[in-house]
Amino acid sequence: MASNAAVPFWRAAGMTYITYSNICANLVRNCLKDPYKTEVLSREKVHFSISKWADGKPQKPIIRSDNPEA
Amino acid sequence: MFRRASSLLARSHFSARTRSFSADLPAASSTDDAFVAAWKKMIPNIDPPKTPLSFMSPRPATPSSIPSKLTVNFVLPYASELSAKEVDMVIIPATTGQMGVLPGHVATIAELKPGVLSVHEGNDTKKYFVSSGFAFIHGNSYADIIAVEAVPVEQIDTSQVQKGLAEFTQKLNSASTDLEKAEAQIGIDVHSALNAAITG
Repeated sequence: MASNAAVPFWRAAGMTYITYSNICANLVRNCLKDPYKTEVLSREKVHFSISKWADGKPQKPIIRSDNPEA
Repeated sequence: MFRRASSLLARSHFSARTRSFSADLPAASSTDDAFVAAWKKMIPNIDPPKTPLSFMSPRPATPSSIPSKLTVNFVLPYASELSAKEVDMVIIPATTGQMGVLPGHVATIAELKPGVLSVHEGNDTKKYFVSSGFAFIHGNSYADIIAVEAVPVEQIDTSQVQKGLAEFTQKLNSASTDLEKAEAQIGIDVHSALNAAITG
């Protein structure tokens, strides 16, 4: 049952708590002094390769990466 | 016989009245006694297997007198900042306002907003800026604080904060949809809190 109580503005706009907290965390990370900033931003990088299966065989893998050179 | 019945009745009545509240329940036993007994009967030469529960220390009982220190666990997704650290006081940036937590605080769950978490220990004060998260304060003077991102206040760059604040104020004025407005509003809230943290 949906609550009739007042909801935060971001919830009213259709955001979830995860979205909200990730936006907050990212903004904080971007406001750090330099040696720390690169450290925390590199920690949040995601890198993986994904391949779909069709007819019992893996297709060409797609690499999803936050590093532009990879 | 009747005398005994009345004493039994009186006793059950007494025990019902002194039953503790559900919040004061003792920590669950880590082993299943019936299982251990059955295991020992079947395989007496091998110790019963250990479960994750048997490696965890049980939750300490609520002491009858208020302890002098508050035990704090402060956890981030990638690190454990404070682990069972005994401090005098923490000030938590809850959505309902700044919340000072001393030993013996009533059990509470609080949602955190972007702001400064200060940990007071004697004359030392350690200040962290937390982005968002939750704080669980237990009746036994334990506080568990969970945040998505937390940084020491001195690591914040003033020029970046000013830049971000200006950027998001401008974004709020040009935002058309509700979602864009909310995103800009979050930006303003976070940067104002960061600004307040470095100036205050």
